[in-house]
Amino acid sequence: MKYLHLLGSNLRRKKLRTSLTLLSIVMAFILFGYLAAIRVGLNAGVDVAGADRLFVRHRVSIAQLLPESYRARMERIPGVARATHATWFGGIYQDPKNFFPQMPVDPEPFLELYPEYILPPDQRRAWLHARTGAIVGRTTADRFGWRIGDRIPIQATIWTKRDGSRTWEFDLVGIYDGAARGTDTTQMFFRYDYFEETRLFGKGQVGWFNVRVRDPEESAEVARRIDAEFANSSYETKAETEKAFLQGWARQIGDIGTIIKAILSAVFFTILLVAGNTMAQSVRERTGELGVLKAMGFTNGQMLGLVLAESCFLSGLGGALGLTAAWGLIGAGDPTQGALAVFYLPHRDLLTGLGLALALGLVTGAMPALQAMRLRIADALRKT
Amino acid sequence: MSGPLHWLSQLASLTKFSLLTLPQRKGAAAAAAFGIAGVVAVLVGTLSIAKGFRHALVVSGQPDVALVLRSGADSEMVSFFSGQSVRLVADAPGVARSPAGPAASSELFVVLNLPMRASGTDANVPLRGVQEAAFRVRDNVRLVAGRRFEPGRNEVIVGRGAARQFAGLDLGARLRLGRSTWTVVGLFAADGGVAESEIWTDAPVLQGAYHRGNSYQSVLVRLTSPEAFAPLRDALMKDPRLNVKVVRQTDYYWEQSRVVYNLITGLGSIIASLMAIGAVFGALNTMYSSVAARTREIATLRALGFHSSPVVLSVLLESLLLALAGGTLGAALAYLVFDGYRAATMNWQSFSQVAFAFAVTPDLLLKGILYAAAIGLLGGLFPALRAARLSVIAALREL
Repeated sequence: MKYLHLLGSNLRRKKLRTSLTLLSIVMAFILFGYLAAIRVGLNAGVDVAGADRLFVRHRVSIAQLLPESYRARMERIPGVARATHATWFGGIYQDPKNFFPQMPVDPEPFLELYPEYILPPDQRRAWLHARTGAIVGRTTADRFGWRIGDRIPIQATIWTKRDGSRTWEFDLVGIYDGAARGTDTTQMFFRYDYFEETRLFGKGQVGWFNVRVRDPEESAEVARRIDAEFANSSYETKAETEKAFLQGWARQIGDIGTIIKAILSAVFFTILLVAGNTMAQSVRERTGELGVLKAMGFTNGQMLGLVLAESCFLSGLGGALGLTAAWGLIGAGDPTQGALAVFYLPHRDLLTGLGLALALGLVTGAMPALQAMRLRIADALRKT
Repeated sequence: MSGPLHWLSQLASLTKFSLLTLPQRKGAAAAAAFGIAGVVAVLVGTLSIAKGFRHALVVSGQPDVALVLRSGADSEMVSFFSGQSVRLVADAPGVARSPAGPAASSELFVVLNLPMRASGTDANVPLRGVQEAAFRVRDNVRLVAGRRFEPGRNEVIVGRGAARQFAGLDLGARLRLGRSTWTVVGLFAADGGVAESEIWTDAPVLQGAYHRGNSYQSVLVRLTSPEAFAPLRDALMKDPRLNVKVVRQTDYYWEQSRVVYNLITGLGSIIASLMAIGAVFGALNTMYSSVAARTREIATLRALGFHSSPVVLSVLLESLLLALAGGTLGAALAYLVFDGYRAATMNWQSFSQVAFAFAVTPDLLLKGILYAAAIGLLGGLFPALRAARLSVIAALREL
């Protein structure tokens, strides 16, 4: 307890400087939090990609369609457990700014392949029974205040209806949640059979296939078999693991993502450097006082502990406050008006952040602490 | 000496005094200046990415060029036209005409997977099928190497930006699309616009390769004048044989750049404002210690009859000068590092890659330096007030 008191009065010695240093550390860790969230956002789903799923698209580009009949052929390939498909719908809800993805899928195999979309059983049954039914993720439902039973009009940009109109209406029968925090809950899914019978053109064609393999270890081999099955047809495929596909997709953002991340990291470490320097300086200024303490009989170990405790307390408090603030700010929404589907601060990075805060305290405290330990009383007292 | 002059000479000597003693506080002063330099470099740097991206799309747009899409389509990618509708558009009023024919270019727009040079992973590179009229409508496109593709042959010309960002697009290279092979016969430039990210080929050849029959995706027309837009739009919208929408090219590209622009400016502003707050703390720390180090000097001067307002101003000036030095350094750094840096990114709205150069424009530099000045003033204000409120007697007794 007596040390706590000493620690407190050391920190209160120059209240203003202590609080300014503390605030800079807080800012640094808010930035750190944003860095982590932006990394998650730009990696869009790579962390939660299914290890046992393959993504199969047209060899030339994902914008080219594939025949729906490939599904049955894929399921006959050894190592394939189940295959399903989806198609990019690209519709607009009221205004282009309200972007969220919509896709027609085959409900039953789709929900089986994607257990991370959690849909209550009664809503699942309702979807299987309602031809024009659609389910939507919690994020999008909350964004537009939709409730089950709502009728949602979507303007098609690609898929004109058979009757020439482009307004598709869907009955909202379910709202799904994500199993993990990284699960994308912005998407809307509706039924492929309704899509197929209502669209004007492109009949029998789908955007891509999702394939579950029996053994994740075999993924590469099964992907090769799928591509071989359709080689030299008019619709050649490219199969790869879902993770590889999502990573490739994320890399399309290119240097920009790397640059933003590099800038943020540089900023973070610069702020820490400046704050660390101030903390070290404030210990150096007190050489005389430390000499007095030693003269009073403080041991070397106690000196070391005292100085380190002070720097660790400051950086730990700053780190904790900063990360808490970042958590709150990031939870309030992403700053890009919906351009990032997922934007959150992972627990893993919170722990890394706390670790970095303590490391900062140890590093900035170490030099002055060692000096304080080696201090000879006579020298210290002479300096004043 | 008269009043104001006296005041000014006090200010001048105080400022000179504080600047001359700056070397004694060089550690703290440098930390503050570098901190501000960092803020400005980051602010200008990230905004230059967004500026460059928008610039690439905006220089592509001209007010006297209009894009005709199927109604409901929000990009060329998802639009569709029959060969017949294309002719109706070309014959519409307001379309510029020359002996070579109407300035209406019917085009196909698809993407293909090509590896990025930087990472080796696939990217969606736009491939445009065009005919001779395209070169009349897009008059900023010019060949920089090789020759144009010949109609009917599997030949492509490649935009400078695409050739730089994606592998396998050099002059003479062969490109495999599905089951056919295409040869790169030329490289073209388009004033840094979005066309430079594209690969162009003969439209009928592309129709064959992609099983498109005689269909197109968009018609780009050059108008007789920017004012001819409204008559053209009205004529096409009213035509019962057509179901189209007409947008001015400038508006189309502005809208196309929206998502990426918001993404980068959104992230950039958050980073810069958080950093700015951090830098204000740094400046405050520096200026407080600067005032603290000179407590006795300031008190002595006050005792000698110096007013408090020149003291306040001299502290503010010192802080402002430090900030401006840092801001200029940061702006210069951002200019050197970022201006003209070439990159490519995915444009979500067109589903395809856009190659562009970062643009550090004069207004960004000015914005950065103003930002620095604001940080300097804020960081100097409170310490300056403390210096002014200093009790002369207490300060002289101190130390």
